[in-house]
Amino acid sequence: MPATVTLEIDGQPITVPTGTTLLNAAALAGAMVPTICYHEHCTANALCRLCVVEVEGARVLAPACVATAAEGMRVHTRNERVERSRRTILELLHSATDISEAPEIQLQLDDYHANRERFGNCEQREPEIIDDNPMFIRDYSKCILCWRCVQVCAADAQFTYAINFSGRGFETSISTFFEQSLTESSCVFCGQCVGVCPTGALKPKREWLLEQGQAPADVLAATRGPGKKQRARK
Amino acid sequence: MSTPQPRPLPNGGQPVQREPQGNLIVTADRTVSTTCPYCGVGCNLQLHIKDELIYKVTSDFEHPVNQGNLCVKGRFGYDFIYSNKRVTTPLIRKQTQAAGARTQAFDRSEWREASWEEALEYTTDRLVEIYQRDGEHAMAVYCCAKATNEDNYLLQKIYRALFRTNNVDHCTRLCHAGSVTALLKSINSAAMSNTAAEVIDSDCFIITGSNPSENHPIIGLQMKAAVEKYGSKLIVIDPRKIEMCDFAALWLPLKPGTNVPVFNAMAHVIVNEGLVNREFVEARTTGYADYVKTLDKFTPGYAEEISGVDRNLIIEAARMYARAQRGMIFWGMGISQLSHGTASSLGLIHLAFLTGHVGRKATGLNPLRGQNNVQGASDMGAMPFFYPGYQWVDDETNAQNWEQLWNVEPGGLNRKRGLTTTEILTHAHPGGVRALHIMGENPMMSEPNLNETRKHMQQLEFIVAQDLFINESGAFADVFLPATSWAEKEGTVTNTDRRVQRVRQAIAPRGQSRPDWEILCDLAQRIEARLGRPNSAHWTYNSPAEIMAEFGKLDINYAGVTYERIERHGLQTPVPHNTHPGTPFLFAKDFPSGRGKFIPVDYVPIMEPPDEEYPFILTTGRVLEHWHGGSMTRNSALNEIYPAPVVEIHPVDAAWANFTDGQPVRVSSRRGSVILRTRVTEKARAGVIFMAMHFAEAAANLLTNDALDPQAKIPEYKACAVKIEPAAEQDLPHPDVTTERGRW
Repeated sequence: MPATVTLEIDGQPITVPTGTTLLNAAALAGAMVPTICYHEHCTANALCRLCVVEVEGARVLAPACVATAAEGMRVHTRNERVERSRRTILELLHSATDISEAPEIQLQLDDYHANRERFGNCEQREPEIIDDNPMFIRDYSKCILCWRCVQVCAADAQFTYAINFSGRGFETSISTFFEQSLTESSCVFCGQCVGVCPTGALKPKREWLLEQGQAPADVLAATRGPGKKQRARK
Repeated sequence: MSTPQPRPLPNGGQPVQREPQGNLIVTADRTVSTTCPYCGVGCNLQLHIKDELIYKVTSDFEHPVNQGNLCVKGRFGYDFIYSNKRVTTPLIRKQTQAAGARTQAFDRSEWREASWEEALEYTTDRLVEIYQRDGEHAMAVYCCAKATNEDNYLLQKIYRALFRTNNVDHCTRLCHAGSVTALLKSINSAAMSNTAAEVIDSDCFIITGSNPSENHPIIGLQMKAAVEKYGSKLIVIDPRKIEMCDFAALWLPLKPGTNVPVFNAMAHVIVNEGLVNREFVEARTTGYADYVKTLDKFTPGYAEEISGVDRNLIIEAARMYARAQRGMIFWGMGISQLSHGTASSLGLIHLAFLTGHVGRKATGLNPLRGQNNVQGASDMGAMPFFYPGYQWVDDETNAQNWEQLWNVEPGGLNRKRGLTTTEILTHAHPGGVRALHIMGENPMMSEPNLNETRKHMQQLEFIVAQDLFINESGAFADVFLPATSWAEKEGTVTNTDRRVQRVRQAIAPRGQSRPDWEILCDLAQRIEARLGRPNSAHWTYNSPAEIMAEFGKLDINYAGVTYERIERHGLQTPVPHNTHPGTPFLFAKDFPSGRGKFIPVDYVPIMEPPDEEYPFILTTGRVLEHWHGGSMTRNSALNEIYPAPVVEIHPVDAAWANFTDGQPVRVSSRRGSVILRTRVTEKARAGVIFMAMHFAEAAANLLTNDALDPQAKIPEYKACAVKIEPAAEQDLPHPDVTTERGRW
């Protein structure tokens, strides 16, 4: 296999090491491809599809975070087809989840002239906030199912496997097994999931309490409640 | 194509109004980059602050130590700094304490508030009075592996330059003294040889006497990745079925205290099967011929008899490690905290010598250091034998160099080695140690055989405690100096793989608390004036950076470390000059001792084997959610997820003794007894029970054996004989006994 491949990105020829993703190749060519689920320190999973680009001759748009550059490829990072696809993705995300605390996605909504009311009548995911431990809360109405939290809980960092997808389609959510509370699960409260959550769905409890308007002293007291509970451990 | 049926809409089809969930979005007043105060891994923390409240902790994904990953302590366990039990005013005991009849004062009513002026003057009076009456041997100090390099340097400087004593030590004595002694004897360097992250480049690594996924969680992650993603093979040699066993190719479940036969039997196999790296042994070591003769009796069969480990596992482990291209060894307290801790460590060092697994990237000897700055405190000379930089105190040239730097008259510094941590307390009697300065340590939780420790503490004439909380030891003190936490001061700490990193002030000092280095400078000036020394040792530093510049002059390892150079990612010592890039792994060319020495070791059983009356072996350790004596974590939300002590017991033992999970039991040794609940788990080994050391209401160290390793002076925490009896619910200590009382 040759060490490098040469391709064309938005009309500009560029040579990159074999195996480079289109996302990184585009960055080298100076074209910024937007992403949501992609995180540099997680395995790319191509779930959100916001990073799709058009590869000439390919039947469908290619997710740039996982598609690799090949010799002679001609890639368009932002033509009309790509724009329309990204815009629809953003409008759908906006319709089902509360992305008010994801400033990067908000910027993208503007950038792609998304119509925030396009699916205004659609049902939203509005599960209750899960407050089952003193460390962080889970507000899955803000969850866009990017999968980062599951990945860092598993083989991208912690190897603890406490959470995964549960349910299908619209009912899909992130959950522990059998929807146990985190204190009953194998969770070790490392909070790697909180560290990679892009939308504020996972949030340190102290930050969340501050947002509720609590004073710092009350915030600290609230995470030291009398509700002492013996933690189940293996 | 059928039209999909629309999903029934909520709100009768009306557009849903989006209410933001939070009332306000919190934006940080500032974000401060610093280093975690807990374990020796040294993770980067980004503290997000609003109105002086740290409300969130994140980490730099580009940081070489932790790549953005944290554990529960680092990410959520910082709230002890805001605890209402924290002391933020200098305090003096109301009732004068007499040597021999000293009591613990947990209740605030037993103390009176004082000004800094009064507290420091009082401390100076008492320390100088004792020094002038009884001389240097009456003075002793516990430095602190949680405090910064600069704090520790200053504290040992006070006691060496002003009180002329080498009775300077810290908790390294209680954790890795066995490893340090062995490493110094064989290669004359005690630090970890590798960067922990190199484990992903190894193809085989041994974890023994260490529980990284709980005690060095981020190194634990790197080890798991090494196995799962990089194909490295893991050998766990440990009595407990720790989490890393799930990732191991081999688990050798030995009885506590039988390390030497297992390691020597592995060496026996390596030698007999011709797996020795001849080239390395000949070029880099001495004493091989004599050493090999001592291996004859350590057949795998003999080791099996003593340790209970299947001989085939020992043989397979030896082959796996010896045949690897790059093998690493990681070890912890399970090796060093034994009355033969030095011998245990030597057994491991020999394995690396025989196979040549040292001196290259991803090959080496790695005693995982516990505290965030135990490496740094040791580097800073917080030990009775060394000036900073491991310079022997009984070497005339070293003494003269430090006399010059500290402006001490020629011959002024003490040339005699001082007392170790454990010896300082056993020498607490008239004619021995009279005054003890404790910075941040808690011997009343961390010493073995606490009932004995209590008697020693009572014998002291004067105790000054410098801390955040009145812990079990500070409660014995005459004067309490409130220090700031790591989030309220500047300085540097050195992690387990020798990386010197910044600690930065994030919030204003709480109450009247002051950074340790400021307290110490203030105190030193008063003591120096009172003693009427002709020369001043110089105590007027404007910042911790100036303190570092001072010790860099004589400590070659830190000569090239400056605050500017460690701004973002730190530097790994040795850094001999100010353009040196740091040293990721050690011993590429040779050992500091020249050649590595084989030092034959024989099997010595644990001091207190189980018998009919005390049929179980108790081994002690730590858990993920807590830290050491508990001053920090038990005053934190961490205590909510792990609120009470338990004793881990294997199902076989539980069935034999008829205990159920969660039942209250009394665990007793010949030295003490505690009452706590059982946790029946296969994590324990049959015949061996486990208790964590963090819980004052059932302190594991009331039971542990204070027998010492003769060379390293480290106590045998890891094995003592105990019995277990059923207890009643009402016998369990009420949590308020310790959590609500005056630690306030």
